[in-house]
Amino acid sequence: MASEAAAQRETAKGKRDGREALHPLPSKGTCEAVLRKMMLIRRFEERAGEMYAKAKIGGFLHLCIGEEATIVGATQALRDTDYLLSTYREHGQALARGTPAGVVMAELFGRVDGCSKGRGGSMHLFDMERRFLGGYGIVGGNLPLATGVALACDYNGTDDAVLCMFGDGATNQGTFGESMNLAALWRLPVVFMVINNQFGMGTALERHSAVTDLSKKAEGYGVPGHRCDGMDVLDVHAATEEVLRIAREDRRPQLLEAITYRFRGHSMADPEEYRTKEEVEEWRRRDPIASFSRRLVEEGVFPQEEIERFDREAVERVDEAVRFADASPFPDLDSLYDDVYVLGDQVRGWWTVDERSPEPHRGERERESGAVPHGLAEAGAAYAAVGDVQARRRREQGRGGPRAAAEDRDTEREGG
Amino acid sequence: MPVMRYREALNQALREEMERDQRVFIMGEDIGVFQGAFKVTQGLFQEFGEKRVRDTPISENTIVGVGVGAAMAGLRPIVELMTINFSLLAMDQIVNHAAAIHYMFGGQAKVPLVVRMPQGAGHQLGPTHSHSLEALYLHIPGLLVAAPSTPADAKGLLKAAIRDDNPVIFIEHEWLYGQRGEVPENGGPMRFGEAVVRREGADVTIVGISRMAVTAERAAEQLANEHEVEAEVIDPRTLRPLDLDTILASVRKTNRAVIVEEGWPHGGVGANLAALIQEQAFDHLDAPVARVTGADVPMPYSKPLEQAAFPHEEHVVHAALSLFRDL
Repeated sequence: MASEAAAQRETAKGKRDGREALHPLPSKGTCEAVLRKMMLIRRFEERAGEMYAKAKIGGFLHLCIGEEATIVGATQALRDTDYLLSTYREHGQALARGTPAGVVMAELFGRVDGCSKGRGGSMHLFDMERRFLGGYGIVGGNLPLATGVALACDYNGTDDAVLCMFGDGATNQGTFGESMNLAALWRLPVVFMVINNQFGMGTALERHSAVTDLSKKAEGYGVPGHRCDGMDVLDVHAATEEVLRIAREDRRPQLLEAITYRFRGHSMADPEEYRTKEEVEEWRRRDPIASFSRRLVEEGVFPQEEIERFDREAVERVDEAVRFADASPFPDLDSLYDDVYVLGDQVRGWWTVDERSPEPHRGERERESGAVPHGLAEAGAAYAAVGDVQARRRREQGRGGPRAAAEDRDTEREGG
Repeated sequence: MPVMRYREALNQALREEMERDQRVFIMGEDIGVFQGAFKVTQGLFQEFGEKRVRDTPISENTIVGVGVGAAMAGLRPIVELMTINFSLLAMDQIVNHAAAIHYMFGGQAKVPLVVRMPQGAGHQLGPTHSHSLEALYLHIPGLLVAAPSTPADAKGLLKAAIRDDNPVIFIEHEWLYGQRGEVPENGGPMRFGEAVVRREGADVTIVGISRMAVTAERAAEQLANEHEVEAEVIDPRTLRPLDLDTILASVRKTNRAVIVEEGWPHGGVGANLAALIQEQAFDHLDAPVARVTGADVPMPYSKPLEQAAFPHEEHVVHAALSLFRDL
């Protein structure tokens, strides 16, 4: 199995749809921008992992370390007016699109200044202003949405395009085939990009997909496939630019597979029993940031000290992001019911749709509901502190996730 | 006032809203060239063309998801699903996406989407095409749920649904499609969350959902003619938002309530309403709240079995009379 996987990856590495192995470097300014973005993502993710260990971040945390070239190379090919949709491993996408790091970190912390006001968390980042239409927690759930956004672009007669990113696991969902077919049938300006990081959670590609050349998986639906080296930011960029052009100009949706690797586990709760340290080491030797930096030095674009300064500044931006997130308050408890509905003619206030309150016809919104409901909300929120100590201890030992959280609760019940 | 069938009223609403707003379009299986499985979209393909009346492949989850995405990007899609049973294939997009997106992204995105679909038994379509699942959608915050029972309500509420900025589950009924009723000329959108009293009475309140509002009215006639019981019949018309006030005011007057629905008993609309009524009007009740529901079985095909499996007037009369047993 292991050698089969290695062979598969070897083929993938060599295959870049005929593009040359070494792309010429872009302008100095572009090189700097691309490198800085990748560094910011890397440092942000490392810090997010640390914050998770300190229990500043709850739930799941999916880090994209190792996939920076894929994220930055692809998003650099987008126009400001294009749309991007991603999965639950999407901190990098939001940062690459320009969402301030502090706002992303604040969302991870569950704070009111987070990009989703603390409602979505790590898996559900969103930035309408920058046309980043979300991280989505359901594998394959964003493909129909992206197809719909592309339909709107087409319907409105614009030349905006949509880039929809998902993992190798999502190619096994029904929405994959359904969306490919519909997008091809209706000739929609969308690029489906599979970030093949070799694993659907802990199940290796060759154990979850009968066809392991994922770029071929949509051909039967009328969507041509392409491949790029997801560890080479320039190759990803070149490939994405080309498929976006085809989707935009020819109204032919495309599938682009980026071959990459996540250096960390699926989430922080992942003991990584499904792969060897040697395999991870092998991929780490192709670290997209180190290799791009090395080339910039070798070709004399930047001296090593300059590269180190970029990195230091990335760390500083992340420091600032953590300070911002830490300073941001948790959402007001009275906002619990905000934005369930768009208020207007049909829904004039929450009271018309929620029957929980003791007064069915208050004629006002839940946030002005009075002392008793507010007191009950406070009582519920007080449980937020419960289990924090145990969670921190477990996470410091490298454990986390729902299983550990359940153990924490068990301990509590036992009075431990 | 012009008289028309329920399906014609829906068709008028679709046509008028598409004429009014270029962002409104409709998509679904066989709604265009085929003119719709239940002919609700008849003539629209010829009138508006394939850009705005879009035949789709049989891919329910993706059709609804495309509607969600298009709505997020500023269009006002209407998705037709051929029956409510098929909407189960789209549960992920309806519950995890349409209903959640406005909330989980902190109010940044809106999903002005209407998902229309018929429900109901009576056409011998067996266990995969005949159910009544309004309770599933009633359960979900973030959705609006309409279940109109007359042509006028069908038209007024569909117009409202299309103009509203929230995702709306619009539940039609296969039996109601052929029913006639008066529809106001040049009628505008109606309001969600406004129940209607179909028949006034002082002895018992009967709440009928979807087609069962019609059954409840017929049962009320029987109760008056044969049993000297004057029933007040209420059609909530929308389940989210729910006009609980109208129902409670009636129960406070009659002191008795019967809820009639075609769906299953456990976790049903009646179960929910019974809980609300006893919470809010316990002191006014002279008898337990009664429920009349579909039988707790997948819908059978055989005609006598099928007819036995959903409520008719006799079931409602029986339930209403049972509330007077001790008098």
